[in-house]
Amino acid sequence: MIELNRMTFGYASGAPLIAGLSARFGDGRIRAVLGPNGSGKSTLLRLCARQLTPASGTLRVGGQDAAGYDAKAFARMLAYLPQSRPVPMITVRALVAHGRFPHLGMTRRLSARDEDAVAHALAVTGLCSVAGRDLRTLSGGQRQKAYLAMLIAQDAPHLLLDEPTTYLDIGHQLELCAILRALRDEGRCVVIVMHDLAQALSLADDVLLLHEGQPLYDGPTDGVVPSGAIEQAFGVRPVLRESVQFDTILR
Amino acid sequence: MRISQTSSSANEPGRTRLLAAVLALLLIAAALFSLCVGASGTSLLTGLADLLRGVSSPAARIVRYIRLPRVLAAMLAGAALAASGVLIQGVLGNPLAGPNVIGVNAGAGFCTLLCACLLPSAAKLLPAAAFSGALLAALIILLLADRMGASRITVVLAGVAISSIFSAGSDLITTLDPDATLGMSAFMIGGFADVSAARLRTAAVYILPALAAALLLAGDLDVLALGDEVAASLGLRVRRTRVLLLAVASVLAGAAVSFAGLLGFVGLIVPHAVRRAVGGEHRQLLPLSMLGGALFTLLCDTAARTLFAPYEVPVGILLSLVGGPFFLFLLLRSRKGARI
Repeated sequence: MIELNRMTFGYASGAPLIAGLSARFGDGRIRAVLGPNGSGKSTLLRLCARQLTPASGTLRVGGQDAAGYDAKAFARMLAYLPQSRPVPMITVRALVAHGRFPHLGMTRRLSARDEDAVAHALAVTGLCSVAGRDLRTLSGGQRQKAYLAMLIAQDAPHLLLDEPTTYLDIGHQLELCAILRALRDEGRCVVIVMHDLAQALSLADDVLLLHEGQPLYDGPTDGVVPSGAIEQAFGVRPVLRESVQFDTILR
Repeated sequence: MRISQTSSSANEPGRTRLLAAVLALLLIAAALFSLCVGASGTSLLTGLADLLRGVSSPAARIVRYIRLPRVLAAMLAGAALAASGVLIQGVLGNPLAGPNVIGVNAGAGFCTLLCACLLPSAAKLLPAAAFSGALLAALIILLLADRMGASRITVVLAGVAISSIFSAGSDLITTLDPDATLGMSAFMIGGFADVSAARLRTAAVYILPALAAALLLAGDLDVLALGDEVAASLGLRVRRTRVLLLAVASVLAGAAVSFAGLLGFVGLIVPHAVRRAVGGEHRQLLPLSMLGGALFTLLCDTAARTLFAPYEVPVGILLSLVGGPFFLFLLLRSRKGARI
Protein backbone atom coordinates (compact mmCIF):
# COMPACT_ATOMS: atom_id res chain seq x y z
CA MET A 1 0.00 0.00 0.00
CA ILE A 2 1.30 3.43 -0.99
CA GLU A 3 -0.43 6.42 0.57
CA LEU A 4 0.15 10.04 -0.36
CA ASN A 5 -1.24 12.68 1.91
CA ARG A 6 -1.51 16.28 0.68
CA MET A 7 1.68 16.11 -1.39
CA THR A 8 2.92 19.31 -2.94
CA PHE A 9 5.90 19.60 -5.23
CA GLY A 10 7.22 22.24 -7.59
CA TYR A 11 10.45 23.71 -8.84
CA ALA A 12 11.47 27.08 -7.47
CA SER A 13 10.78 28.88 -10.71
CA GLY A 14 7.13 28.06 -11.27
CA ALA A 15 3.72 26.96 -10.16
CA PRO A 16 3.61 23.65 -8.26
CA LEU A 17 3.49 20.57 -10.51
CA ILE A 18 1.61 18.62 -7.86
CA ALA A 19 -0.55 20.60 -5.42
CA GLY A 20 -1.97 19.01 -2.29
CA LEU A 21 -2.50 15.60 -3.87
CA SER A 22 -3.77 12.71 -1.79
CA ALA A 23 -4.04 9.20 -3.20
CA ARG A 24 -3.85 5.58 -2.12
CA PHE A 25 -2.54 2.68 -4.22
CA GLY A 26 -3.66 -0.71 -2.91
CA ASP A 27 -1.88 -4.06 -2.78
CA GLY A 28 -2.78 -6.66 -5.39
CA ARG A 29 -3.95 -3.96 -7.80
CA ILE A 30 -2.58 -2.43 -10.98
CA ARG A 31 -3.00 1.31 -10.94
CA ALA A 32 -2.64 3.27 -14.18
CA VAL A 33 -1.63 6.90 -13.78
CA LEU A 34 -2.98 8.76 -16.80
CA GLY A 35 -3.03 12.33 -17.95
CA PRO A 36 -1.96 14.65 -20.74
CA ASN A 37 1.67 15.67 -21.17
CA GLY A 38 2.85 17.84 -18.30
CA SER A 39 0.03 16.79 -15.99
CA GLY A 40 2.50 15.61 -13.35
CA LYS A 41 2.38 11.82 -13.90
CA SER A 42 6.11 11.20 -13.83
CA THR A 43 6.58 13.73 -11.04
CA LEU A 44 4.03 11.83 -8.95
CA LEU A 45 5.88 8.58 -9.58
CA ARG A 46 9.23 10.14 -8.66
CA LEU A 47 7.75 11.50 -5.44
CA CYS A 48 6.48 8.02 -4.55
CA ALA A 49 9.94 6.60 -5.29
CA ARG A 50 11.62 9.25 -3.09
CA GLN A 51 13.57 10.46 -6.12
CA LEU A 52 12.13 13.92 -5.43
CA THR A 53 11.55 15.53 -2.06
CA PRO A 54 8.09 17.06 -1.65
CA ALA A 55 7.68 20.65 -0.47
CA SER A 56 5.01 19.41 1.91
CA GLY A 57 2.92 16.33 2.55
CA THR A 58 3.68 12.80 3.65
CA LEU A 59 4.30 9.50 1.94
CA ARG A 60 3.59 6.15 3.57
CA VAL A 61 4.80 2.90 2.05
CA GLY A 62 3.73 -0.46 3.46
CA GLY A 63 2.00 1.29 6.34
CA GLN A 64 5.09 3.19 7.50
CA ASP A 65 6.34 6.70 6.97
CA ALA A 66 8.65 6.49 3.92
CA ALA A 67 11.13 8.90 5.50
CA GLY A 68 11.82 6.29 8.18
CA TYR A 69 13.46 3.83 5.76
CA ASP A 70 17.16 4.05 4.97
CA ALA A 71 18.09 3.90 1.27
CA LYS A 72 18.48 0.13 1.03
CA ALA A 73 15.50 -0.73 3.23
CA PHE A 74 13.35 1.51 1.05
CA ALA A 75 14.68 -0.24 -2.08
CA ARG A 76 13.60 -3.56 -0.59
CA MET A 77 10.09 -2.13 -0.15
CA LEU A 78 9.70 -0.31 -3.44
CA ALA A 79 11.18 -0.75 -6.91
CA TYR A 80 11.07 2.02 -9.49
CA LEU A 81 11.85 1.94 -13.21
CA PRO A 82 12.40 5.39 -14.75
CA GLN A 83 11.45 5.99 -18.34
CA SER A 84 14.94 6.63 -19.66
CA ARG A 85 18.36 5.50 -18.49
CA PRO A 86 21.79 4.86 -19.98
CA VAL A 87 22.47 1.40 -21.41
CA PRO A 88 25.60 0.07 -19.73
CA MET A 89 28.02 -2.36 -21.37
CA ILE A 90 27.06 -5.39 -19.26
CA THR A 91 25.28 -8.69 -19.75
CA VAL A 92 21.58 -9.25 -19.16
CA ARG A 93 22.42 -11.49 -16.26
CA ALA A 94 24.62 -8.84 -14.64
CA LEU A 95 21.85 -6.26 -15.00
CA VAL A 96 19.30 -8.55 -13.39
CA ALA A 97 21.75 -9.37 -10.60
CA HIS A 98 21.97 -5.63 -9.80
CA GLY A 99 18.34 -5.93 -8.70
CA ARG A 100 19.68 -7.77 -5.66
CA PHE A 101 21.85 -4.80 -4.61
CA PRO A 102 19.58 -3.72 -1.70
CA HIS A 103 19.68 -7.28 -0.36
CA LEU A 104 23.48 -7.63 -0.37
CA GLY A 105 25.82 -7.20 2.58
CA MET A 106 29.11 -5.34 2.75
CA THR A 107 30.94 -7.90 0.61
CA ARG A 108 28.43 -7.37 -2.23
CA ARG A 109 28.46 -11.09 -2.98
CA LEU A 110 25.37 -12.93 -4.19
CA SER A 111 24.16 -15.63 -1.82
CA ALA A 112 22.37 -18.78 -3.03
CA ARG A 113 19.09 -16.99 -2.32
CA ASP A 114 20.13 -14.06 -4.46
CA GLU A 115 21.17 -16.40 -7.28
CA ASP A 116 17.77 -18.07 -7.10
CA ALA A 117 15.99 -14.72 -7.27
CA VAL A 118 18.03 -13.80 -10.37
CA ALA A 119 17.31 -17.16 -12.01
CA HIS A 120 13.59 -16.80 -11.21
CA ALA A 121 13.48 -13.28 -12.68
CA LEU A 122 15.19 -14.46 -15.88
CA ALA A 123 12.82 -17.42 -16.18
CA VAL A 124 9.65 -15.37 -15.59
CA THR A 125 10.62 -12.87 -18.27
CA GLY A 126 11.78 -15.56 -20.70
CA LEU A 127 15.30 -14.17 -20.90
CA CYS A 128 17.27 -17.30 -19.97
CA SER A 129 18.48 -17.84 -23.53
CA VAL A 130 19.97 -14.32 -23.75
CA ALA A 131 21.27 -14.08 -20.17
CA GLY A 132 24.88 -13.98 -21.36
CA ARG A 133 24.31 -11.39 -24.09
CA ASP A 134 25.53 -7.81 -23.91
CA LEU A 135 22.55 -5.58 -23.06
CA ARG A 136 23.37 -3.24 -25.92
CA THR A 137 22.92 -5.98 -28.53
CA LEU A 138 19.29 -6.62 -27.53
CA SER A 139 16.19 -5.15 -29.16
CA GLY A 140 14.29 -2.43 -27.31
CA GLY A 141 11.61 -4.90 -26.25
CA GLN A 142 14.05 -7.42 -24.85
CA ARG A 143 15.99 -4.67 -23.12
CA GLN A 144 12.81 -3.48 -21.43
CA LYS A 145 12.10 -7.03 -20.29
CA ALA A 146 15.64 -7.20 -18.90
CA TYR A 147 14.96 -4.10 -16.78
CA LEU A 148 11.67 -5.60 -15.66
CA ALA A 149 13.59 -8.75 -14.70
CA MET A 150 15.92 -6.54 -12.62
CA LEU A 151 12.85 -5.16 -10.83
CA ILE A 152 11.51 -8.67 -10.26
CA ALA A 153 14.86 -9.73 -8.79
CA GLN A 154 14.64 -6.72 -6.47
CA ASP A 155 11.57 -8.48 -5.06
CA ALA A 156 9.85 -5.42 -3.59
CA PRO A 157 6.13 -5.47 -2.73
CA HIS A 158 5.61 -2.12 -4.49
CA LEU A 159 6.52 -1.54 -8.15
CA LEU A 160 6.48 1.81 -9.95
CA LEU A 161 7.01 1.92 -13.71
CA ASP A 162 7.20 5.00 -15.90
CA GLU A 163 5.81 4.26 -19.38
CA PRO A 164 7.25 0.74 -19.61
CA THR A 165 5.47 -0.13 -22.86
CA THR A 166 6.06 3.04 -24.86
CA TYR A 167 7.93 2.46 -28.15
CA LEU A 168 7.58 -1.33 -27.94
CA ASP A 169 5.91 -3.42 -30.63
CA ILE A 170 2.56 -4.96 -29.80
CA GLY A 171 3.95 -8.42 -29.07
CA HIS A 172 6.37 -7.12 -26.45
CA GLN A 173 3.72 -4.81 -25.01
CA LEU A 174 1.39 -7.71 -24.37
CA GLU A 175 4.16 -9.85 -22.96
CA LEU A 176 5.06 -7.06 -20.57
CA CYS A 177 1.42 -6.64 -19.56
CA ALA A 178 1.14 -10.36 -18.84
CA ILE A 179 4.20 -10.21 -16.59
CA LEU A 180 2.79 -7.18 -14.77
CA ARG A 181 -0.52 -8.99 -14.20
CA ALA A 182 1.37 -11.96 -12.77
CA LEU A 183 3.18 -9.60 -10.37
CA ARG A 184 -0.16 -8.13 -9.30
CA ASP A 185 -1.56 -11.63 -8.74
CA GLU A 186 1.30 -12.24 -6.30
CA GLY A 187 -0.26 -9.46 -4.22
CA ARG A 188 2.09 -6.64 -5.21
CA CYS A 189 1.08 -3.03 -5.57
CA VAL A 190 1.82 -2.04 -9.20
CA VAL A 191 1.66 1.60 -10.30
CA ILE A 192 2.24 2.41 -13.98
CA VAL A 193 2.40 5.72 -15.78
CA MET A 194 0.88 5.05 -19.17
CA HIS A 195 0.45 6.91 -22.41
CA ASP A 196 -1.76 4.51 -24.33
CA LEU A 197 -5.32 4.98 -23.06
CA ALA A 198 -6.72 1.80 -24.62
CA GLN A 199 -3.98 -0.30 -23.13
CA ALA A 200 -4.32 1.33 -19.74
CA LEU A 201 -8.04 0.66 -19.66
CA SER A 202 -7.53 -3.01 -20.47
CA LEU A 203 -4.61 -3.57 -18.08
CA ALA A 204 -5.36 -1.54 -14.98
CA ASP A 205 -7.70 -2.33 -12.10
CA ASP A 206 -7.76 1.30 -10.98
CA VAL A 207 -7.05 4.60 -12.65
CA LEU A 208 -5.70 7.88 -11.38
CA LEU A 209 -6.28 10.56 -13.98
CA LEU A 210 -4.24 13.70 -13.46
CA HIS A 211 -4.81 17.11 -14.94
CA GLU A 212 -2.46 19.98 -14.07
CA GLY A 213 -1.29 18.22 -10.93
CA GLN A 214 -4.81 17.54 -9.66
CA PRO A 215 -6.74 14.26 -9.72
CA LEU A 216 -9.70 14.38 -12.09
CA TYR A 217 -10.63 10.78 -11.47
CA ASP A 218 -9.46 8.32 -8.82
CA GLY A 219 -11.17 4.96 -8.74
CA PRO A 220 -11.87 1.67 -10.50
CA THR A 221 -11.11 1.51 -14.24
CA ASP A 222 -14.73 0.78 -15.16
CA GLY A 223 -15.87 4.15 -13.94
CA VAL A 224 -13.38 6.41 -15.71
CA VAL A 225 -15.13 6.56 -19.10
CA PRO A 226 -18.65 7.24 -17.73
CA SER A 227 -17.23 9.92 -15.41
CA GLY A 228 -16.36 12.13 -18.38
CA ALA A 229 -12.92 12.84 -16.89
CA ILE A 230 -11.13 11.64 -20.05
CA GLU A 231 -12.97 14.21 -22.19
CA GLN A 232 -12.12 16.89 -19.70
CA ALA A 233 -8.41 15.99 -19.52
CA PHE A 234 -7.60 15.07 -23.10
CA GLY A 235 -10.37 16.78 -25.08
CA VAL A 236 -11.31 13.52 -26.80
CA ARG A 237 -14.40 11.37 -26.40
CA PRO A 238 -13.80 7.65 -25.92
CA VAL A 239 -16.23 5.45 -27.85
CA LEU A 240 -16.84 2.02 -26.41
CA ARG A 241 -17.43 -0.73 -28.95
CA GLU A 242 -17.34 -4.44 -28.69
CA SER A 243 -13.68 -4.49 -27.95
CA VAL A 244 -10.99 -6.14 -30.00
CA GLN A 245 -8.84 -8.14 -27.62
CA PHE A 246 -5.24 -9.04 -28.20
CA ASP A 247 -3.77 -11.89 -26.32
CA THR A 248 -0.25 -13.17 -25.92
CA ILE A 249 0.49 -16.26 -27.91
CA LEU A 250 2.47 -18.69 -25.84
CA ARG A 251 5.62 -19.47 -27.74
CA MET B 1 16.44 -23.51 -10.62
CA ARG B 2 19.72 -22.91 -12.41
CA ILE B 3 20.08 -21.14 -15.66
CA SER B 4 22.43 -22.66 -18.19
CA GLN B 5 24.91 -20.02 -19.22
CA THR B 6 24.92 -19.49 -22.93
CA SER B 7 28.24 -18.76 -24.54
CA SER B 8 28.96 -15.11 -24.08
CA SER B 9 31.42 -12.67 -25.50
CA ALA B 10 32.03 -10.64 -22.38
CA ASN B 11 31.59 -10.54 -18.63
CA GLU B 12 32.37 -14.20 -18.18
CA PRO B 13 34.08 -14.83 -14.84
CA GLY B 14 36.25 -17.64 -16.26
CA ARG B 15 37.59 -15.38 -18.95
CA THR B 16 38.38 -12.68 -16.41
CA ARG B 17 40.24 -15.10 -14.17
CA LEU B 18 42.27 -16.44 -17.09
CA LEU B 19 43.16 -12.94 -18.23
CA ALA B 20 44.10 -11.93 -14.67
CA ALA B 21 46.38 -14.95 -14.37
CA VAL B 22 48.04 -14.25 -17.72
CA LEU B 23 48.57 -10.57 -16.88
CA ALA B 24 49.97 -11.40 -13.44
CA LEU B 25 52.44 -13.91 -14.89
CA LEU B 26 53.50 -11.46 -17.58
CA LEU B 27 53.94 -8.78 -14.93
CA ILE B 28 56.17 -11.00 -12.81
CA ALA B 29 58.21 -12.00 -15.86
CA ALA B 30 58.53 -8.37 -16.97
CA ALA B 31 59.59 -7.30 -13.46
CA LEU B 32 62.29 -10.00 -13.28
CA PHE B 33 63.51 -9.13 -16.76
CA SER B 34 63.55 -5.45 -15.93
CA LEU B 35 65.59 -6.12 -12.78
CA CYS B 36 68.17 -7.94 -14.91
CA VAL B 37 68.76 -5.32 -17.60
CA GLY B 38 70.10 -1.82 -17.44
CA ALA B 39 72.61 0.72 -18.62
CA SER B 40 75.43 -0.74 -16.51
CA GLY B 41 75.16 -3.94 -18.55
CA THR B 42 77.48 -5.93 -16.35
CA SER B 43 75.29 -7.39 -13.68
CA LEU B 44 72.51 -9.31 -15.42
CA LEU B 45 71.50 -12.27 -13.29
CA THR B 46 74.47 -12.10 -10.93
CA GLY B 47 73.08 -9.05 -9.13
CA LEU B 48 69.81 -10.75 -8.51
CA ALA B 49 71.54 -13.93 -7.39
CA ASP B 50 73.84 -12.00 -5.02
CA LEU B 51 70.89 -10.11 -3.65
CA LEU B 52 68.95 -13.27 -2.95
CA ARG B 53 72.01 -14.84 -1.26
CA GLY B 54 72.56 -11.70 0.80
CA VAL B 55 75.93 -10.86 -0.74
CA SER B 56 76.57 -7.13 -1.01
CA SER B 57 78.27 -6.89 -4.38
CA PRO B 58 78.10 -3.77 -6.62
CA ALA B 59 75.78 -5.70 -8.88
CA ALA B 60 73.51 -6.47 -5.95
CA ARG B 61 73.49 -2.80 -4.95
CA ILE B 62 72.53 -1.72 -8.45
CA VAL B 63 69.62 -4.11 -8.43
CA ARG B 64 68.55 -3.21 -4.91
CA TYR B 65 68.90 0.58 -4.96
CA ILE B 66 68.49 1.55 -8.59
CA ARG B 67 66.50 -1.00 -10.51
CA LEU B 68 64.13 -2.27 -7.82
CA PRO B 69 62.73 1.17 -6.89
CA ARG B 70 62.38 1.94 -10.54
CA VAL B 71 60.50 -1.28 -11.34
CA LEU B 72 58.22 -0.74 -8.36
CA ALA B 73 57.67 2.88 -9.32
CA ALA B 74 56.61 1.99 -12.84
CA MET B 75 54.23 -0.71 -11.61
CA LEU B 76 52.76 1.46 -8.88
CA ALA B 77 52.24 4.48 -11.12
CA GLY B 78 50.78 2.36 -13.92
CA ALA B 79 48.33 0.59 -11.62
CA ALA B 80 47.31 3.82 -9.89
CA LEU B 81 46.77 5.80 -13.10
CA ALA B 82 44.84 3.00 -14.80
CA ALA B 83 42.64 2.51 -11.72
CA SER B 84 42.09 6.25 -11.48
CA GLY B 85 41.08 6.31 -15.15
CA VAL B 86 38.57 3.48 -14.65
CA LEU B 87 37.01 5.22 -11.64
CA ILE B 88 36.71 8.63 -13.28
CA GLN B 89 35.39 7.23 -16.56
CA GLY B 90 32.89 5.11 -14.64
CA VAL B 91 31.70 7.85 -12.33
CA LEU B 92 31.26 10.39 -15.10
CA GLY B 93 29.95 7.86 -17.62
CA ASN B 94 32.40 9.30 -20.11
CA PRO B 95 35.04 7.17 -21.83
CA LEU B 96 37.12 10.25 -22.61
CA ALA B 97 37.48 11.32 -19.01
CA GLY B 98 40.73 11.08 -17.09
CA PRO B 99 42.50 12.61 -14.11
CA ASN B 100 42.81 15.89 -16.01
CA VAL B 101 39.01 16.22 -15.87
CA ILE B 102 39.07 16.60 -12.10
CA GLY B 103 41.94 19.07 -12.27
CA VAL B 104 44.68 16.74 -11.09
CA ASN B 105 47.16 17.66 -13.81
CA ALA B 106 46.54 21.39 -13.73
CA GLY B 107 46.69 21.50 -9.92
CA ALA B 108 49.87 19.45 -9.74
CA GLY B 109 51.51 21.52 -12.47
CA PHE B 110 50.64 24.80 -10.79
CA CYS B 111 51.86 23.84 -7.32
CA THR B 112 55.08 22.36 -8.70
CA LEU B 113 55.80 25.59 -10.54
CA LEU B 114 54.87 27.65 -7.50
CA CYS B 115 57.24 25.61 -5.37
CA ALA B 116 60.04 25.90 -7.94
CA CYS B 117 59.50 29.67 -8.09
CA LEU B 118 59.26 30.42 -4.36
CA LEU B 119 61.77 27.83 -3.10
CA PRO B 120 64.15 27.24 -6.02
CA SER B 121 66.63 25.31 -3.87
CA ALA B 122 64.12 22.91 -2.37
CA ALA B 123 63.85 20.40 -5.22
CA LYS B 124 63.02 17.75 -2.64
CA LEU B 125 59.70 19.40 -1.98
CA LEU B 126 58.52 19.18 -5.59
CA PRO B 127 56.77 15.77 -5.28
CA ALA B 128 54.92 16.92 -2.17
CA ALA B 129 53.95 20.11 -3.98
CA ALA B 130 52.66 18.13 -6.95
CA PHE B 131 50.62 15.85 -4.71
CA SER B 132 49.08 18.64 -2.68
CA GLY B 133 48.32 20.61 -5.83
CA ALA B 134 46.56 17.64 -7.38
CA LEU B 135 44.51 17.04 -4.25
CA LEU B 136 43.73 20.73 -3.81
CA ALA B 137 42.35 21.06 -7.32
CA ALA B 138 40.35 17.85 -7.00
CA LEU B 139 39.01 18.93 -3.61
CA ILE B 140 37.79 22.28 -4.91
CA ILE B 141 36.06 20.57 -7.83
CA LEU B 142 34.43 17.95 -5.61
CA LEU B 143 33.16 20.56 -3.15
CA LEU B 144 31.77 22.69 -5.97
CA ALA B 145 30.19 19.70 -7.68
CA ASP B 146 28.73 18.44 -4.39
CA ARG B 147 27.10 21.83 -3.75
CA MET B 148 25.59 21.73 -7.22
CA GLY B 149 24.20 18.22 -6.78
CA ALA B 150 27.17 16.23 -8.14
CA SER B 151 25.60 15.45 -11.49
CA ARG B 152 27.97 14.16 -14.15
CA ILE B 153 27.95 17.34 -16.16
CA THR B 154 28.56 19.70 -13.22
CA VAL B 155 31.64 17.71 -12.25
CA VAL B 156 33.03 18.04 -15.78
CA LEU B 157 32.18 21.74 -16.07
CA ALA B 158 33.59 22.57 -12.64
CA GLY B 159 36.72 20.63 -13.68
CA VAL B 160 37.13 22.66 -16.86
CA ALA B 161 36.77 25.94 -14.96
CA ILE B 162 39.13 25.07 -12.10
CA SER B 163 41.70 23.56 -14.49
CA SER B 164 41.77 26.71 -16.56
CA ILE B 165 42.23 28.84 -13.43
CA PHE B 166 45.19 26.71 -12.32
CA SER B 167 46.65 26.74 -15.84
CA ALA B 168 46.40 30.51 -15.91
CA GLY B 169 48.26 30.56 -12.59
CA SER B 170 50.97 28.37 -14.09
CA ASP B 171 51.25 30.66 -17.12
CA LEU B 172 51.49 33.67 -14.84
CA ILE B 173 54.41 32.12 -12.91
CA THR B 174 56.13 31.13 -16.17
CA THR B 175 55.80 34.70 -17.42
CA LEU B 176 57.02 36.36 -14.23
CA ASP B 177 59.77 33.89 -13.44
CA PRO B 178 60.91 31.95 -16.51
CA ASP B 179 63.69 30.27 -14.48
CA ALA B 180 61.14 28.35 -12.46
CA THR B 181 60.35 26.23 -15.49
CA LEU B 182 63.95 25.01 -15.94
CA GLY B 183 63.45 21.62 -14.34
CA MET B 184 59.86 21.35 -15.39
CA SER B 185 60.00 19.59 -18.73
CA ALA B 186 60.79 16.22 -17.10
CA PHE B 187 57.74 16.63 -14.88
CA MET B 188 55.51 17.62 -17.77
CA ILE B 189 56.58 14.65 -19.91
CA GLY B 190 56.62 12.23 -17.03
CA GLY B 191 59.15 9.55 -16.16
CA PHE B 192 60.90 7.60 -13.44
CA ALA B 193 64.51 8.72 -14.00
CA ASP B 194 64.98 10.30 -10.58
CA VAL B 195 62.67 8.21 -8.46
CA SER B 196 64.05 7.21 -5.07
CA ALA B 197 63.01 4.56 -2.57
CA ALA B 198 62.02 7.22 -0.05
CA ARG B 199 59.86 9.14 -2.47
CA LEU B 200 58.24 5.92 -3.60
CA ARG B 201 57.49 4.88 -0.05
CA THR B 202 55.60 8.10 0.61
CA ALA B 203 53.52 7.67 -2.52
CA ALA B 204 52.86 3.99 -1.78
CA VAL B 205 51.39 4.91 1.60
CA TYR B 206 48.62 6.68 -0.31
CA ILE B 207 48.36 4.49 -3.40
CA LEU B 208 48.05 1.05 -1.83
CA PRO B 209 45.12 1.85 0.50
CA ALA B 210 43.47 3.81 -2.33
CA LEU B 211 43.75 0.79 -4.65
CA ALA B 212 42.15 -1.38 -1.97
CA ALA B 213 39.36 1.16 -1.48
CA ALA B 214 38.79 1.27 -5.23
CA LEU B 215 38.40 -2.51 -5.35
CA LEU B 216 35.91 -2.40 -2.48
CA LEU B 217 33.88 0.31 -4.22
CA ALA B 218 33.86 -1.38 -7.64
CA GLY B 219 30.46 -2.99 -6.99
CA ASP B 220 28.92 0.39 -6.18
CA LEU B 221 30.45 1.80 -9.35
CA ASP B 222 28.64 -0.91 -11.33
CA VAL B 223 25.34 0.17 -9.82
CA LEU B 224 26.15 3.83 -10.51
CA ALA B 225 26.67 2.94 -14.19
CA LEU B 226 22.96 2.08 -14.42
CA GLY B 227 22.17 5.79 -14.24
CA ASP B 228 21.42 8.03 -11.27
CA GLU B 229 17.72 7.26 -11.01
CA VAL B 230 18.08 3.49 -11.28
CA ALA B 231 21.04 3.48 -8.88
CA ALA B 232 19.10 5.52 -6.33
CA SER B 233 16.06 3.28 -6.66
CA LEU B 234 18.28 0.29 -5.89
CA GLY B 235 19.27 1.94 -2.63
CA LEU B 236 22.65 3.43 -3.60
CA ARG B 237 23.40 6.86 -2.16
CA VAL B 238 24.36 8.31 -5.50
CA ARG B 239 25.84 11.65 -4.50
CA ARG B 240 27.94 10.32 -1.65
CA THR B 241 29.20 7.39 -3.73
CA ARG B 242 30.17 9.64 -6.62
CA VAL B 243 32.13 12.05 -4.43
CA LEU B 244 33.83 9.17 -2.61
CA LEU B 245 34.88 7.48 -5.85
CA LEU B 246 36.23 10.72 -7.28
CA ALA B 247 38.16 11.35 -4.07
CA VAL B 248 39.79 7.91 -4.31
CA ALA B 249 40.57 8.56 -7.99
CA SER B 250 42.21 11.89 -7.22
CA VAL B 251 44.38 10.41 -4.46
CA LEU B 252 45.53 7.70 -6.89
CA ALA B 253 46.30 10.11 -9.71
CA GLY B 254 47.77 12.76 -7.43
CA ALA B 255 50.14 10.33 -5.71
CA ALA B 256 51.20 8.90 -9.08
CA VAL B 257 51.81 12.37 -10.51
CA SER B 258 53.93 13.26 -7.47
CA PHE B 259 56.72 10.86 -8.44
CA ALA B 260 56.01 10.06 -12.09
CA GLY B 261 54.99 13.41 -13.56
CA LEU B 262 52.14 13.80 -15.99
CA LEU B 263 51.70 10.30 -17.44
CA GLY B 264 47.93 10.61 -17.78
CA PHE B 265 47.66 8.70 -21.06
CA VAL B 266 47.93 5.35 -19.26
CA GLY B 267 44.65 6.10 -17.53
CA LEU B 268 42.90 6.51 -20.85
CA ILE B 269 44.15 3.63 -22.98
CA VAL B 270 44.54 0.79 -20.48
CA PRO B 271 40.89 0.84 -19.30
CA HIS B 272 39.79 0.99 -22.95
CA ALA B 273 41.84 -2.01 -23.97
CA VAL B 274 40.69 -4.03 -20.96
CA ARG B 275 37.05 -3.03 -21.49
CA ARG B 276 37.25 -4.46 -24.98
CA ALA B 277 38.40 -7.79 -23.59
CA VAL B 278 36.06 -8.25 -20.61
CA GLY B 279 33.21 -5.77 -20.99
CA GLY B 280 32.18 -2.86 -18.81
CA GLU B 281 31.65 -4.43 -15.41
CA HIS B 282 33.91 -2.65 -12.97
CA ARG B 283 34.38 -5.58 -10.61
CA GLN B 284 36.30 -7.21 -13.47
CA LEU B 285 37.51 -4.13 -15.27
CA LEU B 286 39.19 -2.52 -12.28
CA PRO B 287 41.55 -5.28 -11.10
CA LEU B 288 42.48 -6.17 -14.68
CA SER B 289 43.18 -2.52 -15.48
CA MET B 290 45.45 -2.27 -12.45
CA LEU B 291 47.45 -5.27 -13.70
CA GLY B 292 47.37 -4.01 -17.27
CA GLY B 293 48.46 -0.51 -16.30
CA ALA B 294 51.33 -1.84 -14.21
CA LEU B 295 52.48 -4.14 -17.02
CA PHE B 296 52.21 -1.55 -19.79
CA THR B 297 54.04 1.13 -17.83
CA LEU B 298 56.76 -1.28 -16.71
CA LEU B 299 57.37 -2.53 -20.26
CA CYS B 300 57.55 1.02 -21.63
CA ASP B 301 59.89 2.14 -18.86
CA THR B 302 62.15 -0.87 -19.35
CA ALA B 303 62.30 -0.10 -23.05
CA ALA B 304 62.84 3.59 -22.32
CA ARG B 305 65.96 2.98 -20.25
CA THR B 306 67.47 0.13 -22.30
CA LEU B 307 66.77 0.85 -25.98
CA PHE B 308 69.33 3.65 -26.27
CA ALA B 309 71.38 2.88 -23.15
CA PRO B 310 73.24 4.61 -21.60
CA TYR B 311 70.92 7.35 -22.84
CA GLU B 312 67.38 7.31 -21.63
CA VAL B 313 64.13 8.36 -23.27
CA PRO B 314 61.59 9.78 -20.78
CA VAL B 315 58.91 7.11 -20.49
CA GLY B 316 56.11 9.62 -21.04
CA ILE B 317 57.29 10.01 -24.63
CA LEU B 318 57.46 6.26 -25.20
CA LEU B 319 54.05 5.66 -23.60
CA SER B 320 52.46 8.08 -26.01
CA LEU B 321 54.46 6.89 -29.04
CA VAL B 322 53.53 3.25 -28.39
CA GLY B 323 50.16 3.81 -26.77
CA GLY B 324 48.82 6.30 -29.29
CA PRO B 325 49.05 4.03 -32.35
CA PHE B 326 47.81 1.08 -30.27
CA PHE B 327 44.82 3.12 -29.20
CA LEU B 328 44.08 4.10 -32.80
CA PHE B 329 44.37 0.45 -33.80
CA LEU B 330 41.74 -0.48 -31.21
CA LEU B 331 39.45 2.27 -32.48
CA LEU B 332 39.83 1.18 -36.11
CA ARG B 333 39.12 -2.43 -35.22
CA SER B 334 35.96 -1.52 -33.37
CA ARG B 335 34.82 0.59 -36.33
CA LYS B 336 35.04 -2.46 -38.56
CA GLY B 337 32.79 -4.27 -36.11
CA ALA B 338 35.40 -6.76 -34.93
CA ARG B 339 34.14 -6.19 -31.44
CA ILE B 340 31.72 -3.79 -29.91
